Amino acid sequence: MSRLKAIADWFGERLKIGPAVRETVTHPVPRKSASWFYVFGSAALTVFILQIFTGIMLALIYVPSAGQAWESLQYLNHGVTLGWYLRAVHGWGSNFMVAIVLIHMVQVALFGAYKFPRELTWIVGVFLLLMTLGMAFTGQVLRFDQDAYWGLGIGASICGRVPFIGAWVVHLLLGGPIIAGDTLSRFFALHVFVIPGLLIGFVSLHLLMVLKLGINEWPMPGRLVRRSTYLQEYSELTHKDGMPFVPGAVWKDMIFTSIIIASVLACAAIFGPYGPSGQPDPTIVQTVPKPDFFFEWLYALLALLPPQMETPALLIGPVVIIGFLILLPFFAGEGEKSWKRRPIAVVTILLTAVALGTLTHLASYTPWSPVMDAWSGDPVPVQYLKGRSPLERVGSAVFQEKQCRNCHSIGGSGGQRGPALDSVAVRMTHAQLVRQVVQGGGNMPAYGKQLNPAEVAALVAFLETLHPPNQPPARDAAHQMSTELERPKPQTANPVQAQK
Amino acid sequence: MSEQDNSRRDFFVKVGLLLNGLAVAVLATPVVGYLIGPIIRGGGGKYRQWIDLGELDEFPEGQTRLAKYKNPISNAWDGKTDDLPCWVRRIQGEKFQVFAINCAHLGCPVRWFAQSGLFMCPCHGGVYYQDGSRASGPPPRGLFEYPYKVEGGHLMIEAGQLPTLSTEASLKKRSGECQG
Repeated sequence: MSRLKAIADWFGERLKIGPAVRETVTHPVPRKSASWFYVFGSAALTVFILQIFTGIMLALIYVPSAGQAWESLQYLNHGVTLGWYLRAVHGWGSNFMVAIVLIHMVQVALFGAYKFPRELTWIVGVFLLLMTLGMAFTGQVLRFDQDAYWGLGIGASICGRVPFIGAWVVHLLLGGPIIAGDTLSRFFALHVFVIPGLLIGFVSLHLLMVLKLGINEWPMPGRLVRRSTYLQEYSELTHKDGMPFVPGAVWKDMIFTSIIIASVLACAAIFGPYGPSGQPDPTIVQTVPKPDFFFEWLYALLALLPPQMETPALLIGPVVIIGFLILLPFFAGEGEKSWKRRPIAVVTILLTAVALGTLTHLASYTPWSPVMDAWSGDPVPVQYLKGRSPLERVGSAVFQEKQCRNCHSIGGSGGQRGPALDSVAVRMTHAQLVRQVVQGGGNMPAYGKQLNPAEVAALVAFLETLHPPNQPPARDAAHQMSTELERPKPQTANPVQAQK
Repeated sequence: MSEQDNSRRDFFVKVGLLLNGLAVAVLATPVVGYLIGPIIRGGGGKYRQWIDLGELDEFPEGQTRLAKYKNPISNAWDGKTDDLPCWVRRIQGEKFQVFAINCAHLGCPVRWFAQSGLFMCPCHGGVYYQDGSRASGPPPRGLFEYPYKVEGGHLMIEAGQLPTLSTEASLKKRSGECQG
């Protein structure tokens, strides 16, 4: 024991870090802040360390070359002992890191921790969030598969919307004219050197400020933050009703962190690694690219924004959001900290969460996208064909053959881009159906050039049969009157001509 | 220590800072040049070249077919990424339209459906008519078109960079010249 102490003293005399370590370990925290709500920061840090570690492990095998990255991932998955598991831990660690960073941010916002004197801690935190998202995106690119390839295409197309210098931005992003070897290499440099380096620096700064300024006290309704008195009040609080970080608060951090790490490891073991999906070969056009979970809300937003709003939203939106987050501690740096008396903060966070959640949910079934194989893969339900005339059955074949099904569902299968057509005959008369098919409109292409009159007649005859048994199809009152007037005359024309 | 000593030291500190500043500037110039290399290399449309898509017979009249070409600027380590597709529509005789695979909205690969004569995008639901004009969905314009010419019985297109709303501008102008 005395030998151990001697060794420790030998290092202590030379490193001179004893006092700093003691200060860190024993820095006082307010008793109520030693809470289960204050564990997310340390959990994020631990997952980050896990990411660095597993990232280095993967770099032992991964080949950052557009020609071989995909194969090296296959090799990691199937050829290297437990390579699949390290990939899975890194992938799930990424999910957990984004999630924990977001939860940490919400907690800090709700507890008013960004207020004086912790403004800069918050601002550094905003950059840490951006870097975390940057790591998530560049990491998705390194998983160089079809999703990564077309994800880069989306990134480049967004850059291409920048006015005046768009072309330069595109070529800078891609490192050349197209998505190719140079593109992957620069994203590798970003993911492995640039952003992690910045992250380590910013995390250190973030931590240093937490230590020097002290952890945020538990917010009490009515206890207002004032620049002139806060520091003294905080000092009194920590000395009267505080305790040293170790062991007072640290055990909760440690327990929560172990649960998180265990969850990452369990998810990795149960669900396995992410992809890679198909090869990054742009000539394979039979692909439905999709971003990773944490970018799905953006994917949904880009499908749903009105086209004319898209470029402004893409270019101005991020500036407004990041600007708001950075400026937040400057226009709300004092006053009430408790969420119980900050309804606007609570509502803003709730609305943001609901919006992101809704968009992510929509992205899980992408109702705006045509279902590319519905026309050939989903049969017409039998009950829609039973007892139908030959013309109507031909119409159902036209309906499938002309890919109507890719955007319109019947019997619960097919695209959701356009309305479901199970009861279209109730909504539209014969003439309206013909007009809609031939001329399109309301976000539907015009099919006039692709259908001959016989096909239109058959298709519309089929569509007119699509109504619930208890609801009659829509009728044009004027047309009905004219046919009633015509009724006494002998009727000889065949049905197709009569409809025309 | 006299005041003169101090001013002497201040002066040399300033000289030191200046020399370091110069060194940084000297280093920064090539670094910046290196970093913006992709912009400089592509300046003045240098990324675009005429590429052979194959014999005319490979493209039957009245049909739209997927054609593949090797990007003119490529490296050995590009793998399959420099094999690029495009949609070739042979209208009649030597009258063609050659569309980029990339949706004008956000660059996803559009697919051709011959039966309905439509290009559909799997990402955000952009749809185009057979002549490339926008039919529905979020795209702000029709499909990007490559300029083309017929030489010695071969179809040639001028391509070489990922088309986006910015990088297509010159493409569009050129295609106007070509097709008159």
